[in-house]
Amino acid sequence: MSGFDPRYVRFFDGGTTPDHALLGGKCASLVTMTAAGMPVPPGFAVTTALYDAFVEESGLRDVITSGLNRLDPDDVASVDAVSAAIRDEICSRPVPERLRRPVIEAWADFQGRFERPVPVAVRSSATAEDLPDASFAGQQDTYLWLVDERDVHEHIRKCWASLYTSRAITYRLRNAISEDGLSMAVAVQKMVHARVAGVAMTLNPRNGDRSKITIDASWGVGEAVVSGHVTPDNIVVDKVLLCIVEEHVGDKHIELVPDSAGGRLVERDVDAARRAVRSLTDDQVRAVSELAKRAERHYGCPQDIEWALDADLPDGQNLLLLQSRPETVHSSKPKPVTAPAKASPPSVGFSLGSITAHLTAGRAAGVTN
Amino acid sequence: MTVEPAVKSFPRPSELPVPPGAEGWEKLYPYNLVFQNLSGSDDEKFWFCDSQHWPTVFKPFETIGGEFAVKCLGQYNTRHLLIPPANGIEFKIHLGYLYMSPVPVPEEQIPARVPEFERRVGHYFQNWDSLLEQWKLKVRATIDELEALTFTSLPEMVPFDDIVSGKAKDGSEVLMENYDRLIQLVYQNWQYHFEFLNLGYLAYLDFFTFAKQVFPGIPDQAIAKMVQGVDMELFRPDDELKKLATLAVELGLQSAFENTDDVEGTLARVGDLSGGRQWLDAYRAAQDPWFNFTVGNGFYGHDKYWIEHQEIPLGYIKDYIRRVDEGQQILRPIAELVAERDRIVAEYRSLLDGENLAAFDVKHGLAVTAYPYVENHNFYIEHWTMGVFWRKVRELSRVFVAAGFWAGEGDLLYLTRGEVREALFDLVTGWAVGAEPTGPSYWPAEIERRRGIIDALSSRRPQPALNTPPAQITEPFTMMLWGITTEQVQQWLGDDSGDDTAITGMSASPGVAEGRARVVHHADQLSEVREGEILVATITAPSWGPIFGKIKATVTDIGGMMSHAAIVCREYGLPAVTGTGNGSTTIRTGQLIRVDGDAGRVEILED
Repeated sequence: MSGFDPRYVRFFDGGTTPDHALLGGKCASLVTMTAAGMPVPPGFAVTTALYDAFVEESGLRDVITSGLNRLDPDDVASVDAVSAAIRDEICSRPVPERLRRPVIEAWADFQGRFERPVPVAVRSSATAEDLPDASFAGQQDTYLWLVDERDVHEHIRKCWASLYTSRAITYRLRNAISEDGLSMAVAVQKMVHARVAGVAMTLNPRNGDRSKITIDASWGVGEAVVSGHVTPDNIVVDKVLLCIVEEHVGDKHIELVPDSAGGRLVERDVDAARRAVRSLTDDQVRAVSELAKRAERHYGCPQDIEWALDADLPDGQNLLLLQSRPETVHSSKPKPVTAPAKASPPSVGFSLGSITAHLTAGRAAGVTN
Repeated sequence: MTVEPAVKSFPRPSELPVPPGAEGWEKLYPYNLVFQNLSGSDDEKFWFCDSQHWPTVFKPFETIGGEFAVKCLGQYNTRHLLIPPANGIEFKIHLGYLYMSPVPVPEEQIPARVPEFERRVGHYFQNWDSLLEQWKLKVRATIDELEALTFTSLPEMVPFDDIVSGKAKDGSEVLMENYDRLIQLVYQNWQYHFEFLNLGYLAYLDFFTFAKQVFPGIPDQAIAKMVQGVDMELFRPDDELKKLATLAVELGLQSAFENTDDVEGTLARVGDLSGGRQWLDAYRAAQDPWFNFTVGNGFYGHDKYWIEHQEIPLGYIKDYIRRVDEGQQILRPIAELVAERDRIVAEYRSLLDGENLAAFDVKHGLAVTAYPYVENHNFYIEHWTMGVFWRKVRELSRVFVAAGFWAGEGDLLYLTRGEVREALFDLVTGWAVGAEPTGPSYWPAEIERRRGIIDALSSRRPQPALNTPPAQITEPFTMMLWGITTEQVQQWLGDDSGDDTAITGMSASPGVAEGRARVVHHADQLSEVREGEILVATITAPSWGPIFGKIKATVTDIGGMMSHAAIVCREYGLPAVTGTGNGSTTIRTGQLIRVDGDAGRVEILED
C-alpha cells in the first residue's frame, strides 16, 4: 500500500488517521472502526483531495460556479437543468491520468487480496456539515455489486455528481451555504459475501442483564435473520468470560445467498444436516462476542450489531461488522435486577443480614448452574 | 426446575448385593458406622456417596478420617456457628464406601438460630486475620506434638535407673498414652480444620448468591475466578519442585537425574557434581514443610508422602528439568492469573451501580478474605498433619511387627482403631507376663480374612446415591462442596438421555480440548500419564500438581465448582468437567475425547 499517493487514496486498514475533511464522514468512520478492532468490510477511500484536484484540473470549477451564479432556488426547472448539466459534466469530463492512477493501483492491490475477483460497493462519503441530513445530498448514494474496473471508476464519479442533485443545490442556496470547500470522498468497499450472518446484542433482551451478549445466527446473508424469515440459532454468552451460557439451535430452513451473477439475493433451502447444527463454531461465537463487546466499549453504551462471516476472506479475518447502533429498548429502562439486601455500615465491612437472608431465603433459589 | 411427581429412586442399601467374598463385611467397621436399621429409616432417607474424598474402600483403621472430618464439619454448623438452615451431615459406611445425608434444621427452628449465628459469624468475620494467625499457631503446635510422639519396642528389662528412682512403671503406659495422644491430636487438628472452612464457604456462598441475582445465569466459574486466590500455600510444594528444577538446570546438574527411582544414588550423583552442594541445600530446605505432601488426599493409610517417597518429587523434578531444557515455561503465570482475575472483577463490577455496586464490593471483599482458607487449609491438615499421623501409625505398626503380631506395617490398617488399642494391651500384657501374647496367633489369619473382604468390596464401584432423592436439593454446602444438585441427581438417575457418547457434568474450568484419555483410578497410576493426554479420574487431588503441567484437560466423576480438580484446573488454565458421575467408568484409556469446559460436556470422538 505504500506505493499509493496518500493524498488521493487511503485503505481503511492502512493505519491512516480518520481525517474527516479528507475522507468524508462515512470513510472516516470506517477507518475509525477498523482501527478500534471492529472490522468493517475491507476497502479504500478515494479522498476529497482527489475530487478537488479533478474539479480544478478539468476546468469543472468554472462550469459549476457559472451554473450556480444567480440561480433562483424557487425556479425548479432552472435548478433541475443546472443540476443535470453539472452532473453530466462531472461524469463525462476525462479524469487526468495522474488522478486516475491512484485508483487503478488501489483497485489492483485490493483485488490482489482475494483468490478471485470480488464485487464491491461504491458509496459516497460526504464531508457533510453543510448538508441537512444524511439521507440527503448523496450520502446514501450506494452502488452495489460492481465487479468491472471501469464501472467502479464511473460510479465514483456518480458519487461526486451527487453533490449537485437539485435538492442539494436548492438547500445550499436557501441556506446561503457557500460552495467553497464543498467536496466529496468515495468509499470502495468489498460486498459482503456472507456464509453465516446475524445480529448480536450486548445485553440479554429477555431481562436486560448487561453481563450477557445475545447472538442470533443463521446461514447465508443476515437479512433472513433480521426479517424473521428463519428461526436462527440463539446463543447467550457471558460478556466477561465469553463462554456460552445458553444456546438453542434454530431450524434454519432457508438461506439467502448472492446468485452467481451477483447483484441479487436468492433464497434456497438449507439441507437437513446444516439445519440441525449450530451455524457458528465455539471460536466464532467468541469472535462475534468480542466484536460486539468492542463495539459497546467504543460507543460507550449497549449496542445492537449486524455481523457476517465472509466466504471470500480467510479464517480469522472473515468476521465483519456491518452495522452497530445503540440498543434502546432495554438500556433505557431502569435496571430490572436489584439485590434484596442493603450493604451494612462500612465499619463492619460485610453484611450479615444478607448472608442470613441468602441462607434462609436462598433455599428456594438454590445454587445450581 | 420442576421435578415430575414420580421421582425415580436409587437402590435401597438393603437391595445392593454383597460382592462374592465380602460376606460379613459389616463386622469390619464400628457398629455405629453401618446401617443397622435396614428395614426402617435407613431404607428411606436419601444418601449420596462421597467418593470425592473417599474414592476407594475403607480399611477398618482408615474410617478415622471420615469419622473425624464429617463429625467436625457437623459440629461447626450445628454447635459452634448455628448455621440457620443446616446442621451437620450424617454418615454411614455401606459396602466399604462412605454415604452422607445432610441434616436440615426444621423450618420452625431456623429463626431462633439467626441471632446466635450472626453474633458468632460476625465475630469471626470481624477478626478474621488475627483469628487465622492464631489458627496457624494451634495447628503447628499440634503437628509439632504429633512429630514428637514415639513408638518403640519395650526393653528386655526395666532400666535400673527406674528401679533407683522408684518410678514403678514399666514404660508400656507410654506406648498406650502415645497411641491415645496420637488419636487425640489428629482429632484436635480435624476440629481446627473446620473452624474456618464453613465460614470460607459461607462468604463464598453469599457472594455467589448475590452474583447469580444481579447477573442471572453468570457461569459458576466466573464467580469462582473472582474469588480464588492465586499465590496459595497449597501450590507451594509444586512451586518448590519447579524452583529446584530451574536451579538444577542453572547449575548444569541434569545428568544426575537419569534414574530418580534411585533416591540415594540420585542425591549422591548431584553431590558429586560441582554446584551439587548448593542444590542439595536448597532441596533439604524445601522439604520442611513442603514435602509433607501426598499424591493421595490424606485419608488413606496407603497415601504416599513425598518426604518418605522422595522418588516421587525427584521424578517430578526430572520431568520439570526436561521441560525447562525444551524451553517450556514451567512456572505458573502468576502475574497473568492475577491480571485476569482483576479484569474479570472489574468488568462485572462496571456493570453495576448504586446499592448493587456497594453490595458487590463488600461481598466480594469478604469472599476474597475468607475464601483462600478453603484451599490453603488443605496443606496444613490433609497433607501435613495427616502425613505425620500416618507416619506415626506405621511407626507403631512396626512395634507390632517386631512382636510378631503381623507381617507388614500396612497390616495394622485392617484393625479398627479400637482394636489397635486392645492389641496394644495384648502386646504389653504378653511382654509383662513373659508369655506369648494372643495377637501373633490371632491377627495374621484374621488380617488375611479381612483383606479378602476388602479386596472383594473394592471390585465394585459405589452407587452414586441411595434411596429416593428429595424433589429439590437445597442444602447450600451439599451443593457447593459436593456438587450434589437437583440436576446432578437427576442425571445420575439417567434421565432419558439417549445420547450415549456425551457425558455431562459441571463446567468447572473453561476451555475446550481434544486428546487421548488416560483413566486413572489410583494415585499410583499417575506415572502412566503422558504429555498431552486428558486425565479422566474418579477424583483428583491438588497434589497431583505436576501432572497438571502435562495434561490438556481433566474429567472427574465427582466434585463441584469448588472441588480440588476444579480449583487446580482453573489455576493451571486447563478445561475441566467435574461431577460427571460416570466419566471414569465410561471412558477408556486411549479413546479420543473432547472436553468442553464451558458447556460441561465430554464427548468420546473415537475409540
